[in-house]
Amino acid sequence: MKTRHHQLTLAHSLKSGVRKLAFCSTAMFAVFASSNAYAAGTLAGTDITNIATASYESGGSTVDIDSNAVVIKVDELLDVTAVSSDPGDVITTNGATNVVSTFRVTNTGNGSEALRLTPNVAGGGDDFDPALVQVVLDTNGNGVYDPGVDTVYVAGTNDPVLAPDQNLTVFVLTNVPASQVDGDRAQVGLTAAATTGTGAAGTTFAGAGQGGGNAVVGSTGADADAAGFLLVNAASVTLTKSASVVDPFGGTTSVPGSIITYTLVATVSGTGALTNLAINDPIPASSQYVVNSMTLEGAAVTDPADADQGNFNGSRVSVALGNVPAGQTRTVTFRVRVQ
Amino acid sequence: MNSIMKLCFSMILLAASSVPAMAAAPVELSSDVFVEKQQKRPDGSFSTVLAKPNLILPGDQLVFVVRYRNAGNKPATNFSVTNPIPAAIAFSGTSDGAEIVSIDGGKSWGKLSQLRVTNADGSSRTALMTDVTHLKWQMNQTLAAGDAGKLIFRGVVK
Repeated sequence: MKTRHHQLTLAHSLKSGVRKLAFCSTAMFAVFASSNAYAAGTLAGTDITNIATASYESGGSTVDIDSNAVVIKVDELLDVTAVSSDPGDVITTNGATNVVSTFRVTNTGNGSEALRLTPNVAGGGDDFDPALVQVVLDTNGNGVYDPGVDTVYVAGTNDPVLAPDQNLTVFVLTNVPASQVDGDRAQVGLTAAATTGTGAAGTTFAGAGQGGGNAVVGSTGADADAAGFLLVNAASVTLTKSASVVDPFGGTTSVPGSIITYTLVATVSGTGALTNLAINDPIPASSQYVVNSMTLEGAAVTDPADADQGNFNGSRVSVALGNVPAGQTRTVTFRVRVQ
Repeated sequence: MNSIMKLCFSMILLAASSVPAMAAAPVELSSDVFVEKQQKRPDGSFSTVLAKPNLILPGDQLVFVVRYRNAGNKPATNFSVTNPIPAAIAFSGTSDGAEIVSIDGGKSWGKLSQLRVTNADGSSRTALMTDVTHLKWQMNQTLAAGDAGKLIFRGVVK
């Protein structure tokens, strides 16, 4: 058999793709927030002035009079939300440094508010506590941690001030102890709190609102907790590829017209699981893919990009294996005709 | 501004504006505002009470009260009261329903049910309370000396 070089690519974990999607929604949120109507309502400090006018005739002339102006000021509602922006557990390894957990905090109140951010790595109900490195603000707003570009957060010094409806991405960086083993999970949390004050809904801070009114704690308590998880996962995948040839004469020589059946076996070892594992394999030059010849675990899968896992796009075969737990294998075959 | 100052401020305005009004004309007009608050009864249910507007948040229901009185000794004919809706308020009705409204800043008037809003694409729809920009009460009767009354409308803080 002639040696045929062809490249085999393995793509595992579509996490970066999913993350991009999450940032897309962040960007859309920002677009909505730029419209004039605030979800949180009239801005704190806005004066509402009412004047009535009366008109009547008396002694043959028309008289117009104004009432007094009654002025009331809209007070500030203190509301904050926080969510983990990670699509699932952040997969990491033991001894990893500067592991990024991503959060998004939003000012859902009606006044500009400085938020105090407090990371929490010591939560219970998990396997270990990672070591906190620092909290970083996504200063350039791209949703991705940029070392040296995004600003390191120091509580009380650069508490981010968010306008009504504005949100901010916050990164919590941690180190994973080298002693952790596969499968260990750790909770990483972030609390965002309005610096004007927090408390039960309805708690009032006289005169502390933006624009000179009062500040009132809303339904969120003016603070919010969010948490994500780190998962130590050293699962790895190996791929072996083999070929068998049948020539037009019943032999096993590779000549024009011979059919080569390739067998790809992906073996996941370690612990945990690999998410969104996929096998991609370009069709070698001087050979032609045999239509609908892909199989996964012995079952046929079709060429179009449809509900089943297989897809042939004209130049490569691709089989999406999904999440594969450690200790399992997946076998893919396909056939080509030598030209 | 704290609530007491706010109250004082509106009282000063009231005093300042009503004095020249009395000097110039016999009819007095005053405006006031209250906020509806839910108050818990001893049995756990809630009742709506009117409170001084010490604390105002988006979504609060406000009640505006306009009082008029003919303090002179001559009748006032063709008496009408006009009230623009403050920009931050979404109108939500009057107590008597006798008003006519404007949805175009006071240019044209009619009953709300007769007014239509023209959309950007040329189509139109029935006007809603939130479209209202001005209220007007045309009394259609002479306000005799000593006569008084009040007009009430409600709105939600946007």
